[in-house]
Amino acid sequence: MLRYLIPVVVFAVLVGFFWVGLGLNPGEIPSPLIGKPAPIFELPRLRDPEQYLNNADMQGQVSLLNVWATWCFACRQEHPILNEIAESGVVPIFGLNLRDQRPAALRWLEQLGDPYAATGFDGDGAAALDWGVYGAPETFLVDADGTILYKHIAPITHGVWRDELLPRIQAAQNRQ
Amino acid sequence: MIPELGHFALILTLCLSLALAVFPLFGAHQGRASWMAVARTAAAGQFVFVAFAFGCLVWAFVHNDFSVLYVATNSNSALPTPYRIAAVWGAHEGSLLLWVLILAGWTLAVATFSRNLPERMGSRVLGVLGLIMLGFLLFVLTTSNPFDRLIPAAMDGNDLNPLLQDPALVIHPPMLYMGYVGLSVAFAFAVAAMLEGKLDSDWARWTRPWTIVSWMFLTLGIALGSWWAYYELGWGGWWFWDPVENASFMPWLMATALIHSLAVTETRGLFKSWTLLLAIFGFSLSLLGTFLVRSGVLISVHAFASDPSRGLFILIYLAVVIGGALALFAFRAPKVTSRQGFRLLSRETFLLSNNILLVAATALILQGTLYPLFMDALELGKVSVGPPYFNSAFLVPIAPLLLLLGVGMHAAWIKQDGQSLFERLRGVAIVALAAGVLLPWAVFGSTSLLTVIGCALGLWVLLSSLIQPLARLREGKGLTRGLVGMSVAHIGVAVCVLGVTITSAYNIETDLGVQPGETVTVGGYDFTFQGMRRVEGPNYIADEADVRITRDGELVAELKPQKREYRVQKSPMTEAGIDGRMSRDLFVALGDPLGGGAWSMRIQYKPLVRFIWIGAILMALGGALAASDRRYRVAVRHRRREKEPVGVPAGEPA
Repeated sequence: MLRYLIPVVVFAVLVGFFWVGLGLNPGEIPSPLIGKPAPIFELPRLRDPEQYLNNADMQGQVSLLNVWATWCFACRQEHPILNEIAESGVVPIFGLNLRDQRPAALRWLEQLGDPYAATGFDGDGAAALDWGVYGAPETFLVDADGTILYKHIAPITHGVWRDELLPRIQAAQNRQ
Repeated sequence: MIPELGHFALILTLCLSLALAVFPLFGAHQGRASWMAVARTAAAGQFVFVAFAFGCLVWAFVHNDFSVLYVATNSNSALPTPYRIAAVWGAHEGSLLLWVLILAGWTLAVATFSRNLPERMGSRVLGVLGLIMLGFLLFVLTTSNPFDRLIPAAMDGNDLNPLLQDPALVIHPPMLYMGYVGLSVAFAFAVAAMLEGKLDSDWARWTRPWTIVSWMFLTLGIALGSWWAYYELGWGGWWFWDPVENASFMPWLMATALIHSLAVTETRGLFKSWTLLLAIFGFSLSLLGTFLVRSGVLISVHAFASDPSRGLFILIYLAVVIGGALALFAFRAPKVTSRQGFRLLSRETFLLSNNILLVAATALILQGTLYPLFMDALELGKVSVGPPYFNSAFLVPIAPLLLLLGVGMHAAWIKQDGQSLFERLRGVAIVALAAGVLLPWAVFGSTSLLTVIGCALGLWVLLSSLIQPLARLREGKGLTRGLVGMSVAHIGVAVCVLGVTITSAYNIETDLGVQPGETVTVGGYDFTFQGMRRVEGPNYIADEADVRITRDGELVAELKPQKREYRVQKSPMTEAGIDGRMSRDLFVALGDPLGGGAWSMRIQYKPLVRFIWIGAILMALGGALAASDRRYRVAVRHRRREKEPVGVPAGEPA
């Protein structure tokens, strides 16, 4: 009558997972790329597919790379703050438009405003894979020499900007 | 002073639930009538004290007692009174108190309405409920006391999360908890039956109405949650496969399976181990939902109160309650199973496939919900599982389930003659298929394979559910509530399937920027943006748009979607404008100002979206009819009359 033991055994395994899960923070995703040079990438630009966005465009200044998509609910929430950051001129934001439709993405920028210095169109998500992106929105802080300094997952809020991003950006800019 | 009284009442409740857990269970084990007699009194006392404690917290909210930490964090003097009361269950501590209150309510209901149960059985059921209560009260008192003081008191409160300031959210949690916690009754009956080592048709007949009633609440609770998400989250989606939604949907699927499995156990004395297992699973998944929401092991838009130390307590509690019940199952289930034959073509087979498919659907959802956690725990990376997985994974078991449902309702117990079944359903099947192919195409001008499958299955279930009641009426035979309930609930399923299919296939959605005076045409309706105005609410300021909708020049509706800014929490909230008709919803949500008076808007045309919630209401109505069927009422009255002449009635305090 071993089969009657199956439910309790399966449940015990589940409890084991939960036990481990309690010690983990699902919001904290360590990126192995932090402190390393940004992956080499070259993407056609969203507005003009003839032109490209690549590592060279980001060199020479501290910048943000923001991964976004029109299918991403939280990106809409984040967008006004990106607009504010762009307006403040503290740091240029580059966009990585992830697995999206070009017309929808263009319409999005038209309606909500375009905070990006330039946006790369990553239709198949290949570049995002190299950057270790697991979803949208994600934002990378990249140093002037192309080193990834920090990665924020989930929408940027005023709090995140004030407490996590801005201090790091200023520190990096001062080093420069 | 009053919060301290509430705290003290909770401690007294803990003592009473300890008595309720210990005496009846040991009394039943050793056959001591006086110990078993404690059960009903303790159940009543427990309810009185926890209701008093709950009342104290409500008092603190209504009177803005910001010296209570929980009140200061979740209320504000400008918050309208109905929302102050709803704020009681607006966050972790208070919603747990509500959980405990509802559990005490169910326990009292069992104590009151199950006097016809054999004394041992009744004591064991109440004792198990007492154990569940004990664990939860310990949780509340040690980790989540809602009466903790804030010294010095706050001048004013931090306000209720604006997302929750909504009429549907006032009743959504109580409804959902009624369902979640109600499943504890079926669980307690199952554990009692295993302790007893006996499970017969009588047992199934006692358990079934309780299960149906809690299922009914769960149905309404989930529907309300979906309705709330639809108009309050602002983007017109009605189901997101969020972990918290899944946490409420999985117990629902289990309870649905349990109701059907109980039908077999009641009528034929079969599927006993299935029934036990489903009763355990149903409540376990309710508890699991609580764990997932409260512990922070998963990311969810709903996770407003997560804390790992609380998570640890719930995990231990889960391990004890569910692990204990499943271990008991491993030892006792082999004893209660019975082997009786039935043919391949019989109602038993159909109900068995119902159970298997519903369990499969639950397993697929559970897997998707927990997959990120598994991957993370095994250090295989962080992943997220989205709607595409759930939509397709859910369809796989559900499509055959609907197909079989239409046949199963008409199959006889033990053995069904295939020929007559075929003749009976042939007409309906042809009509459903033809209409499924043609209707959407004729009405909306296009169709797809999924739309055809959805419509044909929906119509198939709908028409098939009508056959039996209509035939009985035509023959001049009466209808039992059980039969009508079954038909109505199945029609509810059909209506819901049709709503989901049509609205997913023909929903038109546009995001665009509009200037005042500009007209946009969506789904044949002209939406004119007439202008904006400022509106002031009790605790928010809003930008309100004036949108006039016309069709062929005739006025259809004037919508006033708002974008609110709540004063205390400073969070912007979208209040969609919806013109709802049975056949379609027109939905306008305000985005952001684009400068120069222009605004971004999301305009949607959603055909038959209301069918989704109407279907849920029909399901719940069917449940209410079935639970009030004569055979459950008669059983109660009959037993009472039998008992009366015998001096001290069994099950009463001696």
